[in-house]
Amino acid sequence: MQIIKKIGLFIFLIGLTIFTILPFIGEFKVTPATMDQIIQQKGISSEIFIQGMEENVVGKQFQGMLSLSPKITQTLEAANAQHRKDKEYKKIIYTGPHDLAAAVGKASGSGFIVENKGLMWFLTFGLGILGALLFIIPNIVLLGKKGVKNNGIYHENATNRGWIAWMVFVFLVSFYLVLYFRSEYAVNWTYLVDPISEFLSGNPAGHWFVYGFMYCTVMTVMAVRMYIKYRHNMYQMVRTTSVLFFQIVFAFLIPEIMVRLQMPYYDFKNAFPLDYDFFFQWNLKSLLNSGGIGLFILVWGIVLTLVIVPVMVYFFGKRWYCSWVCGCGGLAETLGDPYRQHSSKSLFSWKVERWLVHGVLVFAVGMTLMTLYSFFTESGTVLGLKTQSVQNTYSLLIGAFFAGVIGTGFYPIFGNRVWCRFGCPLAAYLGFVQRFKSRFRITTNGGQCISCGNCSTYCEQGIDVRAYAQKGENIIRSSCVGCGICSAVCPRGVLKLENGPLKGRINPTEILLGNDVDLMDLVNKK
Amino acid sequence: MEHIVIIGNGISGITAARHIRKLSDKKITIISAESDYFFSRTALMYVYMGHMKFEHTQPYENWFWKKNRLNLVNGYVTKVDTASKKVILKSSEEIGYDKLIIATGSKPNKFGWPGQDLKGVQGLYSKQDLELLQANAPNNEICKRAVIVGGGLIGIELAEMLRSRDIPVTFLVRENSFWNGVLPQGESQMINEHILEHHIDLKLDTNLKEIISDENGWANAVVTDKGETIQCTVVGLTAGVTPNIDFLKGSGIETGKGVKVNNFLETNIADVYAIGDCAEQHEAIGSRRPVEAVWYTGRMMGETLAQTICGNKRAYNPGHWFNSAKFLDIEYQTYGWVFSEKSKKDHEQHFHWRHPKEKICVTIAFHKDTKQFLGINTFGIRMRHEILDRWLTENRSIAYVMEFLKDANFDPEFYAEYEKAIVSQYNSQFGTNITPKKKSWKRIFSNI
Repeated sequence: MQIIKKIGLFIFLIGLTIFTILPFIGEFKVTPATMDQIIQQKGISSEIFIQGMEENVVGKQFQGMLSLSPKITQTLEAANAQHRKDKEYKKIIYTGPHDLAAAVGKASGSGFIVENKGLMWFLTFGLGILGALLFIIPNIVLLGKKGVKNNGIYHENATNRGWIAWMVFVFLVSFYLVLYFRSEYAVNWTYLVDPISEFLSGNPAGHWFVYGFMYCTVMTVMAVRMYIKYRHNMYQMVRTTSVLFFQIVFAFLIPEIMVRLQMPYYDFKNAFPLDYDFFFQWNLKSLLNSGGIGLFILVWGIVLTLVIVPVMVYFFGKRWYCSWVCGCGGLAETLGDPYRQHSSKSLFSWKVERWLVHGVLVFAVGMTLMTLYSFFTESGTVLGLKTQSVQNTYSLLIGAFFAGVIGTGFYPIFGNRVWCRFGCPLAAYLGFVQRFKSRFRITTNGGQCISCGNCSTYCEQGIDVRAYAQKGENIIRSSCVGCGICSAVCPRGVLKLENGPLKGRINPTEILLGNDVDLMDLVNKK
Repeated sequence: MEHIVIIGNGISGITAARHIRKLSDKKITIISAESDYFFSRTALMYVYMGHMKFEHTQPYENWFWKKNRLNLVNGYVTKVDTASKKVILKSSEEIGYDKLIIATGSKPNKFGWPGQDLKGVQGLYSKQDLELLQANAPNNEICKRAVIVGGGLIGIELAEMLRSRDIPVTFLVRENSFWNGVLPQGESQMINEHILEHHIDLKLDTNLKEIISDENGWANAVVTDKGETIQCTVVGLTAGVTPNIDFLKGSGIETGKGVKVNNFLETNIADVYAIGDCAEQHEAIGSRRPVEAVWYTGRMMGETLAQTICGNKRAYNPGHWFNSAKFLDIEYQTYGWVFSEKSKKDHEQHFHWRHPKEKICVTIAFHKDTKQFLGINTFGIRMRHEILDRWLTENRSIAYVMEFLKDANFDPEFYAEYEKAIVSQYNSQFGTNITPKKKSWKRIFSNI
């Protein structure tokens, strides 16, 4: 079994290595036809840019995007600078330099990778999946009898912030940086999944399709790990299945199929304000121009946030969204599960969390109010602030850096819910409902707590669960996403996630159940 | 300002300190030689197993103590001078007190076995024991085999710990079935099976005769009363614990097995109290033992004594007995009294249900004649403390317990439910016709 695991790891690393090398290799040749096509598509009227491209790029052979991309971005920036200087504002190219480089790259790739998409898919994704499964599945036997399987987590390099964890950190951060800021280097990756994308939506894959496909793949493989690790725990089995279903069907398949049906791309479970650009002008316009389905999405999006989400939180707690449905939560609960113990439980972290997460919520709501004001009054500024710049700032700082680079990249170091805990504005909103008006609580089982600390250690949201449990108090916290792991790792059966009457939900106690009844009454005056 | 000195920073001492602080402004000093800060002793096993780091076993952050004006002194008390009301530390520092709380816990039993003080022979109680084990048994290269002597809760935890590092374990148990002085036979039998499932070499009905030394004074084998010699690197002595009170000799404080206390947790000397594992009641309370070495009772004594010290004199009057443990993968909870065949009284009758495949079972004790519910043991099923406590207070009958059993279930959502099977077996065994009622939130929270 150990041998199978080692072979699996080896195969996985081969797949990962090939995947990692891809951005650096490949042949790219921009033909005049491709150039014309780009000029048309992007509506480019800058003769300086076209001339520059023809001199430096068109007809030449490039090895890897690393050599092609700088030529394009430099040409574009030089052209734009000249036009700004000459006040020829109509000729300025508003497509981002890296987006344009990606578009050119995608259209001009040639050679082995482009001609062997299926094989290349197998050598990257295929080997990755196969290797990972070979690594994971022997655990059915190796983990022994079903039960809590946390042996050695703090002895293992990978799960105890050792060098492997730091390597994973560097890889994930770099991956997200490429995805958000240098999409041209993802061009080779897009070829691998072109056939799948074409099958689903009819279009070739962009880098966001690569991300979506990879997201589903990683979640599925890591869900297998969850199924094995938590096979004694039906709550975890059901929850993992749910979160996987919503990612694959709602976040991945339905939007792609909608595109094929000439409908707007939309993830029906992605609620505002997590879906922060829902009210952005371009989205509203696109929805309003899409006929009945567009209008339906508009109404659905609003009802989802204002009615469905809070009502469901009232009945089930925010877990119904954060750890049963949400994509961010889905990745955190599968890929992130080995790192859940790294969330800080200090009071200081809790203070930081409250300022940050509520700050982001205020930012998101404020930005949206500005956006709507601008939309209806058709003015570009609100109180002297440019709506567009506020949106851009949010997209960059929160949408890209916080949710992506930090949110997932920091898994191995700060735990798997960095974004959900410190940054997600939807989580903050749901948190208010959960804290003040919800039937959900984690019940503490009378006096049974032995303060061992397993619950706090494995709380991904950094809640000091033990602090409540050892006082016999129910855990009512806005940040709790109801993953259920505290209850799973408790050796004494103290914690239970449940929905019950509001009365008695919050139960401060000084003297715990089990002691003198009169003393309990005296001290626990309710 | 009155100065309260507490010897021992375990759950009893710390609970007392916290509650005294809540109720008063008294000066509080806590002395311990074991660790700088309070930690959960019951969690030490998880540090060795890699589930947690030692710092995770500390329930309060380090700033907590200063903020709450709880003075922590790292020192070992060698003498208590009750005449001049002071304690003397090993460093010969003296600390005066107005009131003294002795909460020094336990130490592992040693029964005079030859070789019991050899290197590689240890108990598992303190932080130092954990550190010793990490040095003696870091892996199965250095520790080829460990022999554990004593089949109780610490013994099986130690076995689980060592197995987590794939160290071969031989487990010597004096009784002819695991912990059957406490557990009824059906349950004890199930745990026997589970121990074997974990590849632990369980030797029942076997006593330690002697531990054999190598030339360097390290244990390298044990000899059992069956004449068997077992090669090993580490010997774990887990045959129970005994109050840790040797330092009180000559202090005038009355001791027996532990520090003798009355209902108010007062010793024979004014202003000196004892709580937790080290306290011994003059008269046992109900069916409890005079010395209760249990986390929960230590905590309860701390809660109670704090009231007394702060002018609200209270007797230690624990409610219904409850306890819990975990045997490898099987969680165990008990509420009320379920005695083993060895110690149960004539009127106590048992109903036992065991799952046909899984390691899950339930034993319910009731009065043979009145049918009053006396207590319940569950293995692999979690129970709701409040409900069972209420049923015990209300003197419910076994039939009532059966009917409303679902209200008491505390397993996570989506777990398989066993009430139907349990009640149906009860019906066929006792010729009754009880149908289990659906779980009701209204009943569960009816006392709020």
